[in-house]
Amino acid sequence: MRAGKALRGVAVALAGALALTACGGGGESADSGPAKLRMTVWSANEAHLKLFNEIADEYRKSHPDVAEIKFDPLPFDNYTTTLTTQIAGGNAPDLAWVFENSAPDFVASGALAPLDDTLKKAEGYQYEDLSPATLKLWQNDGKLFAYPFSTSPFGVFVNTDMIKKAGQKTPAELIAAGQWTWDNALTTAAAAAAKSGKAGLVIRDFDYKGWDNLSTFWTGWGARAWSEDGKTCGFNSPEMVDAMTALHKATFTQKALPGPGTTADFFAGDSAMTVTQISRASLLKDGGFGWDLVPLPAGPKGNYAVVGQAGIGVMKKSPHAKQAADFLAFFTNPTNSAKLAQFFPPPRQSQLTAETLAKTNPKLKPEQLQKVVIDGITNGVVKPSHAGQAELSQQVRAGLDPLWQPNADVKAVLDGVCTKIQPLLAK
Amino acid sequence: MTQTDTRVGPAAAGPAPGPARPFWTTRRRDHLAGYLFIAPQLLGSAVFVILPLILVVWYSLHEWNVLAGTFEFVGTDNYQALVDDPNLGAVLRATGLFSVGLVVFNLGLALLLAVLLNQRLRGTILFRTLFFSPVVVSLVAWTIVWGFLLQDNGGLNSLLDTVGIDGPNWLRGEGTAMVSVIVVQVFKNVGLNMVLFLAALQGVPAELYEAAQVDGASRMRQFWRITVPLISPTILLTSIITVVGSLQVFAQIAVLTQGGPGASTTVLVYYLYQQAFQFHHFGYGATLSIVLFAIVLALTVLQWQMRKRWVFHES
Repeated sequence: MRAGKALRGVAVALAGALALTACGGGGESADSGPAKLRMTVWSANEAHLKLFNEIADEYRKSHPDVAEIKFDPLPFDNYTTTLTTQIAGGNAPDLAWVFENSAPDFVASGALAPLDDTLKKAEGYQYEDLSPATLKLWQNDGKLFAYPFSTSPFGVFVNTDMIKKAGQKTPAELIAAGQWTWDNALTTAAAAAAKSGKAGLVIRDFDYKGWDNLSTFWTGWGARAWSEDGKTCGFNSPEMVDAMTALHKATFTQKALPGPGTTADFFAGDSAMTVTQISRASLLKDGGFGWDLVPLPAGPKGNYAVVGQAGIGVMKKSPHAKQAADFLAFFTNPTNSAKLAQFFPPPRQSQLTAETLAKTNPKLKPEQLQKVVIDGITNGVVKPSHAGQAELSQQVRAGLDPLWQPNADVKAVLDGVCTKIQPLLAK
Repeated sequence: MTQTDTRVGPAAAGPAPGPARPFWTTRRRDHLAGYLFIAPQLLGSAVFVILPLILVVWYSLHEWNVLAGTFEFVGTDNYQALVDDPNLGAVLRATGLFSVGLVVFNLGLALLLAVLLNQRLRGTILFRTLFFSPVVVSLVAWTIVWGFLLQDNGGLNSLLDTVGIDGPNWLRGEGTAMVSVIVVQVFKNVGLNMVLFLAALQGVPAELYEAAQVDGASRMRQFWRITVPLISPTILLTSIITVVGSLQVFAQIAVLTQGGPGASTTVLVYYLYQQAFQFHHFGYGATLSIVLFAIVLALTVLQWQMRKRWVFHES
C-alpha cells in the first residue's frame, strides 16, 4: 500500500516536471510591461552592430513601450540551424534575419508575421520605393513576410598585381575590349595560378560543398537548379551539363580553380580572382595588393547577374510582434536605410544610385557600384531556393561529390543528382 | 477518522497493547539518511536522464513542424519511415565501419603503447605525457587542426611529398575519408585507454612473469597467457567505453567531412542531427535517437554478458 502511494507520488512528480517542461517550450510568455526585443543577425561585425544599436537607441527615445532592443549575432555557418533550434527550444527571437535559401520555408510556413500593413502605414516610409524585384522572394499570397534587408550582387574581385605579373590582360582591359567572358576569365586565372604558384579563381564559400554558390557560374550558361515552379530538376539539362563540364575542365585540366580540399583566401593574397559579394570588400587591406571589382564574366548566354538576399522577418508567435514590426518599419525607413546602405545594399530604388552608394562605400568607385551593384540588383537572379532547401541541399551536395574527381562522367553524375532530388522537388 | 477506527478495532479484540514504539528508530534514521544522500543524484537522474528519455519517446510519436509551430500525433509513422528510409542502410554501414575501425585501432594501439611505455626506460614519462596530452585538448580545436593537416595541400601530404609519395586527397575520397576520421579520433583518445592499460599492467604481479621465465615461456606466450587474462577486466571496461563513444561520434564528422563524400561518413548521430536540426524532422530525429539508444544498450549488454567467457579474475 505504502509502496503504491510512493510510486504514485513519483509519477505525479514526473508528470508535473513533464508539464512544466512542456510549458517552458512554448516560447510565449505573458506580455506585461515594456517589451524587450531580440533580433538574431548573422554578423558580429562591430561596425554593423554599432550602427544597429544607434538606430535602436534612437527608436527607443520615442517608444517607451520598448525597454530594450538586443541584436544577437549567431554564427554564419550554422545560422539557420541555430535559429530553428532556438525556435524549437522555445527561445525564438522577436525578429530574425533569414537567408534566401531558407526564405521559402519561413515565408510559406506561417512562421513570420505579415508586414505590409505596418510598413505602408509607417509615417514617411515610402513603401512603393521598394524595388518589386527584391520583394518577390519574401511574398506569399500577395503579402510581404520579410523586408529584403540586403540584396547583394556577386561580382569578381581581382588581384591585378598577380594578373599583370602573369602577363595577362586585366579584367578591366578585357571588359574594355568586350572580351570579359568566362573562357577568358578562366584562361587568365589559370595563367596567374601557373605563374604565381597560388590559386587562380576561387568561387568563394563554394569549397566543393556549398554548391548553390555555383549559380554564379552556371547562370551564364542559362542553367538552373530546378524549374521556375520548383517541380523539375534542372541539373541534367543540356545547359547545366555544359556549364559543369566547363567548370570540371577549369578545375582539373586548366587548373584555373583550386581543386577540392585546397583552401585559398583571395583577401589574404592567395588567389588571382574570387567571385563573391561586395560586402566582402571590407576584408581588403589598405596597401595589400592592387585590386579591382568587376561584374561576373559573360557566359555563352551573354551577360547576367546573381544576387544573394537576406530578409528581416518578425516571428508571428513573438509576444511583442506588434512592437517588433513597428521597430522594423523604423529600422528600414528611408533615413535609416540610407545609413545601412554602407554595409547592406538597400532595396529602395531612390537609394540605388552610384552617388548614394559611393558616399558609404569609399573603397568602391562609382562605376564599380553602378556595374556590379545597381545593375546586378536590377537584372540579377537570386541564388537557388526551394521549400525544404536544407534536405535538398544535402542531397545535391552528396550527389555532386563524385563530380569533383579528375575522371568524373559529368552527365552521369548530374543524372544521379536529379534521381536523388526529383522526389523531394515533386513533394 | 477511518485510520483511528481501523487501529482500534482489531486492538480491542486482542491483548492489551504494550508501550508505543517510537517512530524514529535507528533503522529508519539510517534509511532516511541514505535516501537524503542519494536524493540529489536521484533528482538529477530523473530530470536529466529519465525525463528526457520519456520525452524522446513521446516526440518520436509526433510530427513537429518547428516553423509552423504544429505538433501532431502521428503514432508509429516515424517508425514506419525508419523502415522505409533508403538512406538508413548506408548510415548504419558507415556507423558500423567507424565503430569497428575505432575499437580495433584504439584498443590495439593503446595496449601496444601501454606495453611499450610500461618499461623502465629513460623518457617513458615524456612519451606517456605526449600520448595522453590530446585527451585534454578541445575536441573541435583538435579536429580543425587535423582538417588542415589532411587537406589536399595540407601538412600530411607535404610530408609525404618530401619522400616522393603523392598523397591522396584524404577527406575527399570515399575510402580515405572514413579512415581519416577514424585516425583523428584514435589519436585523440588513445591516451586515455593507454593510461587505463598502464594502470592494469602495473597491477600484474611480477612473480608470475618470473615463474613463466623459469618455465621457459617466450615473451609472446607470457603476454597472451599472463598479461591479457590479468588485464581483461580493464579490456572489458575500455572496450565498453570505446564502443559507446564510437557510436556517439559527431564533432569530427561535422568539422571534417559533413557526412561526405557522398554519404560515406554519415554516421548515425550525424544523420540524426541532420534530420532533426537541419531538415526540421524532429519527430524522425527522435526516432533515430531511440535506434541509437537501442544499439548502445544491446552492445553494452552483449559485452557485459560475454565477460563471463573471457574476463578473468573477476570477483
